[in-house]
Amino acid sequence: MSPAEEAVRRENIKSAWQLSAPALLVLTVAAVGPLLIVLVYSFLTPGTHGNVEWVFSLEGWRGVLFDHDIFEDKLVLADGNLTIFWRSVKLSFITTVLTFIVGFPTAWFIATRSPASRAGWLFLITIPFWTNLLIRTFAINQIIRNEGVLNTLLLKAGLVSAPLQLTYTDTALLIGMVYVYLPLMVLPLFATIDRFDMRLLEAGYDLYASRWQVLRRVILPIIRPGIVAGSILVFVPCLGAYVTPRILGGGKNMMIGNFIELQFGQGKNWPLGAALSVTLLVIVTIALLVYVKAISGERKNG
Amino acid sequence: MTDEVTISARNVVKAFGQGNAAVRALDDVSLDIRKGEFFTLLGPSGCGKTTLLRLIAGFEMPTEGTILLDGADITTLPPNRRPVNTVFQSYALFPHLTVAQNVAFGLQMLGRPAPEVKATTERMLALVKLEAMAGRKTSQLSGGQQQRVALARALAPQPKVLLLDEPLSALDLKLRKEMQVELKRLQTETGITFVFVTHDQEEALTMSDRIGVMSHGKLQQVGAPRDIYTRPVNRFVASFIGETNFLSGVTEGAGVRLPVGAVVPVDSPRAGTVTLAVRPEHVRIVAPGEAGAIPATVTGSVYFGTDMNYQLALADGTEIEACVVSGVTGEGALSKGEQVGLRFTPGAVQVLED
Ligand SMILES: Nc1ncnc2c1ncn2[C@@H]1O[C@H](COP(=O)(O)OP(=O)(O)OP(=O)(O)O)[C@@H](O)[C@H]1O
Ligand SMILES: [Mg+2]
Repeated sequence: MSPAEEAVRRENIKSAWQLSAPALLVLTVAAVGPLLIVLVYSFLTPGTHGNVEWVFSLEGWRGVLFDHDIFEDKLVLADGNLTIFWRSVKLSFITTVLTFIVGFPTAWFIATRSPASRAGWLFLITIPFWTNLLIRTFAINQIIRNEGVLNTLLLKAGLVSAPLQLTYTDTALLIGMVYVYLPLMVLPLFATIDRFDMRLLEAGYDLYASRWQVLRRVILPIIRPGIVAGSILVFVPCLGAYVTPRILGGGKNMMIGNFIELQFGQGKNWPLGAALSVTLLVIVTIALLVYVKAISGERKNG
Repeated sequence: MTDEVTISARNVVKAFGQGNAAVRALDDVSLDIRKGEFFTLLGPSGCGKTTLLRLIAGFEMPTEGTILLDGADITTLPPNRRPVNTVFQSYALFPHLTVAQNVAFGLQMLGRPAPEVKATTERMLALVKLEAMAGRKTSQLSGGQQQRVALARALAPQPKVLLLDEPLSALDLKLRKEMQVELKRLQTETGITFVFVTHDQEEALTMSDRIGVMSHGKLQQVGAPRDIYTRPVNRFVASFIGETNFLSGVTEGAGVRLPVGAVVPVDSPRAGTVTLAVRPEHVRIVAPGEAGAIPATVTGSVYFGTDMNYQLALADGTEIEACVVSGVTGEGALSKGEQVGLRFTPGAVQVLED
């Protein structure tokens, strides 16, 4: 690079920084600030009526993994907490897979419509966002309850002899979460499929690939950025989901989000809640790193 | 090349759309393509060349008619089960794969063992002189290089027929000429039947063993380049390939009488009104009063270095173009308004159907 080019490059970088400064500032204050507060709170002592007392303590962190056995005065592994973590990760993972299975054909369908009707379909996808999440989740509950639309139809059609018990089960929770997060999978998938060169399909068939091989060897690798984006957009908020598990899981089948809320509410143990929040953040970060690494590794191997 | 037929289209019709809005992209096309030949489909835009190619590849099904490959009916066989490969006009290289992986794709899909895939891929890359690029992503290649990858990829599975849809149209003139030579070499070396689509008549004439000239979904004429150039069957073929003068006249005795009175000595197969076609290079300019010559006036001229093109007009206004080799110092050049006589090279005048 010549000195002149180098100077131009420096100047470009400088102005890029200057232009993004306001956004960076907002991000720093709005994201890093609260995060720091949470981190600090996790090392304090719970106050008697909630809140925290400014006394350093590791109790919050200990509570993430261990319970205090009051009878034998020793620490035992908190199976309950671990179960909740595991459930959350498992349900979020299943939700991500299900949204992909439903979302991929949907996104493909929209992306292959004529440009005129495409806008209409995308519009339909965004309609659920118009209504409050709480109301939508209650609506799902109405649909799947024993006397709800779904069971009435199934009974009328003679497909089942007794109503399916769906409310307050993991199935109900999954139905709700897939419904809520589906648009977040469809939109990034649509964006990548829209850019996908459909002529590559013919090239694939021409080179003896079956339909399945075209999907597996041509389409999926090329739209991978959309799959990654969609999966992250679904998996991360799923892990921290609060409203859906609360209403459809009936408070009995908790996910991390509900558990954390419990600590800030009835549990009156803010440091534990803060420590759980940080743990959730770490889990998400690790999951993302593993995911992205696996994806790029697979790409390298072709 | 043999006389054995590889691809055979029988009364193929392809209509797009329904009812009144239907477009007949192919209208009763019957064609035999011989094993190992370089066959070119030539015609203006929209005449149905791509459609015919897509029917052979299996991307479309004919509305009527059948397509045979080595005598077997493949009309309804899907593209992945036809031993036919395509070089797409847009190349359609897989952007997520390297050059070598692109070339290996077809072989892998055919389930060939890994060592064979590797060996064939290397051989193909050598054939198109891209060994050094094997590990690159296709987006890091120039247009000409991408073209070669597309060729290698389509040739690797050793198809019975290679279909090429205007593969050179995206290249600049110099590269285009290079690739023309290259394609011809590849075809000779591999012995694979090439079906090549172009709307460039010069490309068709220089590269092909045989040419099929198309217009409006119909095959107008099939033949060797020389046949098509010297013996076009109709006005469309004559005007589409090279420059041609058309003269209408009436068959009379041993020739055709033009409206200006002169008789062109030609063996006309039909009585009544006919059209004569004469290439500019077969129009000779002679002295005005020469016996049998048609009187004409020079209306313009264009200097082409080796050649001189004259625009002339007959007494009734019919325009004629003549191409003569220009003299060393430009001596004998005719000027505008000069009176001359015209003669046609014996045997070079064609009597057309319409
Ligand atoms: N999928 C389609 N739907 C409707 N009409 C079509 C379709 N494909 C082709 N056609 C029509 O069929 C006719 C022939 O098209 P085709 O693409 O075969 O022409 P072409 O000879 O390859 O032209 P070009 O030199 O411009 O590529 C055209 O009138 C075109 O509009
Ligand atoms: Mg075409």
